[in-house]
Amino acid sequence: MRWLLLKDMQILWRSKLLLGLLIVYPIAIATLMGLALSSGPEKPRVAFLNQVPENRSTIRLGSEKLDITTYTNELFTAIERVPAVSRDDALDKVRSGAVLAALIIPPDFTQKLSSGGLARANVEVVYNGDALKQSFVRSTISSKLAVADASLAKQVNRLGSGYIDVLLEGGQLDLLGTQLKILGLEPSKRRIDAVLSDSPSRADRRRLQPVQNFAELTLANADRAKDLLDTVEKPVAVQETVLSGRRTPLDTFAVAVAVTISLMFVCVLLASGLLALEREENTFSRLARGLVPGGQLITEKIVLSAACAFAVSLAMLVGVSLFVPLDWGRAGLWVLALAGGSLAFAALGVAIGSLAREVRAASLLAFLLSLPLAFLALVPSGGVSPLLYDVIQVISAIFPFKPSLNAINAAVNSSTPGVLPSLAHLAVLIAAFGVAARLGLRRFA
Amino acid sequence: MTPPDSAVLEAPTLVVDGVVKNFGDREAVKAMSFEVARGELLAIIGPNGAGKTTLLTMLAGIRRPDSGTVAQQGPNAHKRIGWVPQQTAVYSKLTVAQNLRLFARLEKVEELDAVVERMLEQTALSERADDELGSLSGGNRQRVNIAVGLLADPPVLLLDEPSGALDPRQRQRLWSFITSLTERGTSVVFATHDIAEAERHADRVLILADGELLFSGPPADLYAAAGASESEDMEQAFVAFLRARGH
Repeated sequence: MRWLLLKDMQILWRSKLLLGLLIVYPIAIATLMGLALSSGPEKPRVAFLNQVPENRSTIRLGSEKLDITTYTNELFTAIERVPAVSRDDALDKVRSGAVLAALIIPPDFTQKLSSGGLARANVEVVYNGDALKQSFVRSTISSKLAVADASLAKQVNRLGSGYIDVLLEGGQLDLLGTQLKILGLEPSKRRIDAVLSDSPSRADRRRLQPVQNFAELTLANADRAKDLLDTVEKPVAVQETVLSGRRTPLDTFAVAVAVTISLMFVCVLLASGLLALEREENTFSRLARGLVPGGQLITEKIVLSAACAFAVSLAMLVGVSLFVPLDWGRAGLWVLALAGGSLAFAALGVAIGSLAREVRAASLLAFLLSLPLAFLALVPSGGVSPLLYDVIQVISAIFPFKPSLNAINAAVNSSTPGVLPSLAHLAVLIAAFGVAARLGLRRFA
Repeated sequence: MTPPDSAVLEAPTLVVDGVVKNFGDREAVKAMSFEVARGELLAIIGPNGAGKTTLLTMLAGIRRPDSGTVAQQGPNAHKRIGWVPQQTAVYSKLTVAQNLRLFARLEKVEELDAVVERMLEQTALSERADDELGSLSGGNRQRVNIAVGLLADPPVLLLDEPSGALDPRQRQRLWSFITSLTERGTSVVFATHDIAEAERHADRVLILADGELLFSGPPADLYAAAGASESEDMEQAFVAFLRARGH
């Protein structure tokens, strides 16, 4: 078997293009993935025009004043501000492509906000015609406007709650700059209670009794008004629940998926191609005369393909770790998971190779089978009907992608199921596909 | 029914006894028996689909017969039968020397370097030892193909259409090389469509048709068996023989 191994390595060495791809591929993928995961999207350049006069740059909400910059600063955390001197200047910048959009704060913005809801304040956003960029800048600005609006709504809510407190308990109320003393519902009720306890006439009692009942009922339900304001400020609260295991961050899960896909393609294509090459070169008939037993031939192809794919995927994982923080303390588990996955994919590859008479057919078959399996394994529960999901689960379980992904994800992210159950699953698949390859060689010899 | 082997053989190196091979309902080889003597050059001829390659692959040990046996005899019976398939069965990405060295190792040949060197000389490819197989002509590739079959110095060598890809000069060189092998005691069995080649070189021919062994004897005996006139050549006698037997 070692001479066959040497021969295949010599053939690989002579296939400079394939060898080059095997080296360049993990480096390129690791670099691209690392850059994609470590650097966020570039801030969109947006022309900004604030038409609010300087002397009216504060929003007056009752006794509180809010400077407009606290509102606009929230927007500038997500966009690159390009100052515009006028509306025409802002529009020109958008038309010329110098900026992706223009954000214009109209002159009456603070005035409308200060009017206490009588007129709706608005901002103007002008986009250019590029759909992709428009979508990008629109989503960025929309999300930041929502954050700024929420901040403002919180202040309005606090102010509203303060008004209710004054109306209930009494105190000073600022009305357009004039301080008014408000008696309040509770002191009013106390006064009525005092009058009623002093034995008023039957007629006075009949007239005051409904007022006392109203005050009592209103005080008892006053807190509900505040609850209502809270509901308006934050209509839906999101409660997050993690059922079991550790939640995997999206970027490190992406690393596990990318490594598994690379492992799959390198392994399956190489193993199927190496076995099919023996048929294509007609050398299988020589080897089958007892020079190399079928089991040894299959084992040699599995070991070589798995070793190549293991090296490629480990290099990729190390490359990605330069950009995405991975726990190097779990490197031993990475090795185990990659080894199990590569052997299982190689076993699948030789099973495919045993059915093909030439390398091109084997490669095509391997590609056509591998890609849908990878997609199926990534379908989340709830994404399809429960019955279809069960079918997908069964299909995923009889091919190595899902258990390999589980093993690598567990090794990298400590997710569930752990590395060992996934490796046991892979061991069964290695044996099954090894036997299938052996039968395939006999059937199609 | 298989005719009795008419050749009187001494010290057979290969004994084929009642081998049968079926592919589904089709009988590719029907209860075939014959022997091959030491140093004999045996040609297997027959029309397309006669079962020549199937028979050779069973003799080579690539396919197992459904019934019957193939046995080697003599002092070198432990050695593996040499096999040269019709299509070149070598690695096109390896050099000539690398191919020879690889198969010599797999055949567990002793004195590996000396054997490889000798095969390079015998095939006149010493100067191209470091060239990739893929860069050689069809004829040169076939020479390497044959050399691989001879690496282990087998007592019996099987060749399937060995001269198909060769030009007349290479073909002449091949046959003188094969003749030298038989003179040293190697038994050679080859399948061919070239009747004239079988007549010129073979000690004995087997005629197969539809998986059945119809004739076994020296080429000259075929004329009498076919009832051919003296003016007819071997190919005409062969066709007449088959026609007379309903093929």
